[in-house]
Amino acid sequence: MSDLTSLTLAEARDAVRSKRLSSRELTEAHLAAMAAARPLNAFITETPDRALAMADRADARVARGEAGPLEGLPLGIKDLYCTEGVQTTAGSRILEGFVPPYESTVSSQLWRDGAVMLGKLNLDEFAMGSSNETSYFGPAVSPWRKPGSNAGLVPGGSSGGSAAAVAARLCLAATATDTGGSIRQPAAFTGTVGIKPTYGRCSRWGVVAFASSLDQAGPITRTVRDAAIMLGSMAGHDPKDSTSVDIAVPDYEAAVGASVAGKVIGIPREYRIDGMPAEIDALWAEGIAWLKAAGARVVDIALPHTKYALPAYYIVAPAEASSNLARYDGVRYGLRVPGRDIAEMYGNTRAAGFGAEVRRRIMIGTYVLSAGYYDAYYLKAQKIRTLVRRDFETAFADGVDAILTPATPSAAFGLGEKGGDDPIAMYLNDAFTVTVNMAGLPGLSVPAGLSADKLPLGLQLIGRPFEEETLFALAEVIARSAPAIDLPSAWWSATAPAAHR
Amino acid sequence: MSIDQATVRRVAQLARITLAEGEVAHLQGEINAILSFVAELDGVDVTGVEPMTSVLPMRLKRRADAVTDGGIAPLIVANATASEDHLFAVPKVIE
Repeated sequence: MSDLTSLTLAEARDAVRSKRLSSRELTEAHLAAMAAARPLNAFITETPDRALAMADRADARVARGEAGPLEGLPLGIKDLYCTEGVQTTAGSRILEGFVPPYESTVSSQLWRDGAVMLGKLNLDEFAMGSSNETSYFGPAVSPWRKPGSNAGLVPGGSSGGSAAAVAARLCLAATATDTGGSIRQPAAFTGTVGIKPTYGRCSRWGVVAFASSLDQAGPITRTVRDAAIMLGSMAGHDPKDSTSVDIAVPDYEAAVGASVAGKVIGIPREYRIDGMPAEIDALWAEGIAWLKAAGARVVDIALPHTKYALPAYYIVAPAEASSNLARYDGVRYGLRVPGRDIAEMYGNTRAAGFGAEVRRRIMIGTYVLSAGYYDAYYLKAQKIRTLVRRDFETAFADGVDAILTPATPSAAFGLGEKGGDDPIAMYLNDAFTVTVNMAGLPGLSVPAGLSADKLPLGLQLIGRPFEEETLFALAEVIARSAPAIDLPSAWWSATAPAAHR
Repeated sequence: MSIDQATVRRVAQLARITLAEGEVAHLQGEINAILSFVAELDGVDVTGVEPMTSVLPMRLKRRADAVTDGGIAPLIVANATASEDHLFAVPKVIE
């Protein structure tokens, strides 16, 4: 095995389990790739010593015949997951240097199953962004480029470091989180697979909170099977998260490759938006054709409140964020900037510690929750949420098993191209993904082709609550039908070999 | 609905974010852009619609009212900028 970083998670698992490959070798190869890829800025914190120690313990367990489901497999962890003894920043200056004395439930389940941590992955500050450009630690950069161009592209966000690291073969898989599209949009931009499971499927305990009724953990991987393997370890009931659901975790991997004959796929006309590039429409049509060829039945459906989901999201998410982020006051952890009195200390700490986008969202959230405006904004948005969810429930009640849409309105854009003075331009990236968070449903993004500029494009599958298996089965059909997507050669690395699938 | 600069200052005060004077006009513009974006919701009739207060139709689980941890004061103050005797230290609050 000459190029250990090109293995899929499943291939590496099988090789380690059968002792054809040691976790030490596998981990060293990924540490070398990680160290050589610093121009991508995918990691905020690298933990090579911890990785090697974990790899050696994994090899010892394999030798004793005690290999867990992820034994010895090197992963990246989004820096929103608290990791015991390892700095956890949420991409924010206000948490720089914060070392949690506890481990998030989801990451602890990965270590329980034998996985190895390579380091903590870059993200938009407090997961607020769609390009990873709001990170205090600088933007993560996509390994993708337009042919013949040296211009840097965004990996998407907020899980931009996760997507960039998985696409560039710096880790076998990564954890991510999704509040409005932060797993699915970066997966689509980087040619990777990302699933946001049903709300309640993964514990939120120990994951830095953004908007608690929308946040959900999930993986980013290079294949559908790998996503199924990761979710199997990440999911499960946790008494420490009261919204975590006590339902047995199915064997997701068994669903990969399962027949989709007879499945009913809904195509919502509301996702065909004005100004959508023709290539996105064409990709969608191809996805429909592939699922039909596999025996699925395709029907047109209506989700009439779709267009209200995004504006309602930009009330609900900032409102919950303003409440969750009230804890950062310079007293118990994180940055403290002195002032004449305690109130000025709070104000100075929060002004210096939060970046522009986070301050903007806290301000919006504070405004919509303030006396006299609560009913007009927050309560109204929560009622819109009911209508958005009802649309989906109606479609499912009519027999639809899953819904197919584009994942994003466009391919990846350039660093510095969007945002700036117009926050709405950036928000529109989430138009296709945010409905799923508002309704609490599972959504998966799977690579399906390339744009005219030879950049990855993804399709999104939306499922019934807790029917992630259906999404894995359908996504595998799309992945097998779609043309192979080859990453450009490793321009970011002077030493790593060119990546090929 | 749009907000004036006095409201921007009041909201910043509520949010405990110190604003530099030069930021107010800029933030006013950005916040008003977002408020005009969400104004699309004004046209939606939500009469008789219940607000979605729980993502899933479930009752919040309850546990026994019992102490489940404790005795970890050094860990709790470990990340504080200033602490004394396992207490968080802040500027004087009472004159």
